[in-house]
Amino acid sequence: MNPVRTAEQAGVMECPQCSAIHPRRRGGSACDRCGAALHLRKPDSLRRTWAFLLAAMALYLPANILPIMTTGTLLGSQTNTILSGVVYLWQDGSYFVAAVVFCASIVIPIFKLAVLLMLVITVQVRSIWRPVERTRLYGMVEAVGRWSMVDVFVVALLASLVRLDALATVRPEPGAIAFGAVVVLTMLASMSFDPRLIWDPLDAHDKQA
Amino acid sequence: MSNYSDPRADTSLKLCEHCDAVFRRIRLDPGERAYCPRCGTELYRNNDRRYGALLPVVLASLIVFICCNAFPIVTMEIQGVSTRTTVWGAVRVLALEDMLSVSTLVFVTTMLMPLVELGLLAYLLVPLWLGRIPAGFGPVVRLIRLGRPWGMIEVFMLGIVASLVKLSAMATVIPGVALWAFGALTVLLAVVVSFDPADLWEHAEAIEAGYPPAAQERP
Ligand SMILES: [Zn+2]
Ligand SMILES: [Zn+2]
Repeated sequence: MNPVRTAEQAGVMECPQCSAIHPRRRGGSACDRCGAALHLRKPDSLRRTWAFLLAAMALYLPANILPIMTTGTLLGSQTNTILSGVVYLWQDGSYFVAAVVFCASIVIPIFKLAVLLMLVITVQVRSIWRPVERTRLYGMVEAVGRWSMVDVFVVALLASLVRLDALATVRPEPGAIAFGAVVVLTMLASMSFDPRLIWDPLDAHDKQA
Repeated sequence: MSNYSDPRADTSLKLCEHCDAVFRRIRLDPGERAYCPRCGTELYRNNDRRYGALLPVVLASLIVFICCNAFPIVTMEIQGVSTRTTVWGAVRVLALEDMLSVSTLVFVTTMLMPLVELGLLAYLLVPLWLGRIPAGFGPVVRLIRLGRPWGMIEVFMLGIVASLVKLSAMATVIPGVALWAFGALTVLLAVVVSFDPADLWEHAEAIEAGYPPAAQERP
């Protein structure tokens, strides 16, 4: 199916840190150019990804149910979750901020959790389904993950700026902790995942054919 | 240190980091990138032309970074009462509000990691520019690559913009020096992260082999 030569067929491996080419049997030793550990695949990739992913999914609920900040003004105070915050911003006419927060705090985390879950499951069952698309999705997860931090930064900035005791205050709430943890855990999950595992069943399949 | 002194380290091949396909490296023109035909991942690029600009950009980033943290980002006024904040102010307020984990997260992603990356790059680039190879070259390159995903200045910049838009509805908002500095730092860091520190290996090896630093252009 694919005429491309794989590292296994060529008998080589690459240092993940300095790109030096080594023979495959060097796996497990240290790169003699830069000293990094040489592995054929990221060590324990699937198990680590599962662990970070499950932890992220468990924290995703409190991150969305718990309030992330309380805004107090002369007119009274209001406690918002991520979603109610977006709705509030939208009704308030801040369409730009509402859209940014909606994408960064709701669309991207759900996208990441869903894609990573799909990837670990398909790799676990050694699926040969649409490897190019799955690799591309992984690349997207890696690229967009960090942008979820926007809301955490907004809460931090508002809390430190809006401290006009009697007039207005913004207080961070525990949902911000849970949400920050979800962002960090999904980043760790995508870093632990080794996309070459998507291709391994295909290459093994080709070898048998 | 002899473990990296072998300029013959084999880099004739390039493996796709996403699908493990093997390709023979070909010489690219400046600015060109090579992509994996099997999965579409970028394999490598030629940054030679902009390479000379890296050290000035890193030094400029360090200066701008200091401005980002020394001056207030924004001043807010409601009915004659005003408050202002810096990044450190935000970190401190979160810590005071029993949000130590979030405070640490903001500190690490917007102050510590950007500073570590810039400092380590300067540590590598200044001696290389003088034709010497700094101690601990290999571990430092690895450290930079390890820390890179956790520096989030550009995300913080978006957070600042979102906060300003939100605040401008309820108060008079006066942009501070650090706001412009953060904008400049976002642009400078975009240039910095377009370089893979691993490429410095070839540069270091050329110096070790006795080529003058200016002759880094490979045939
Ligand atoms: Zn290496
Ligand atoms: Zn590929």
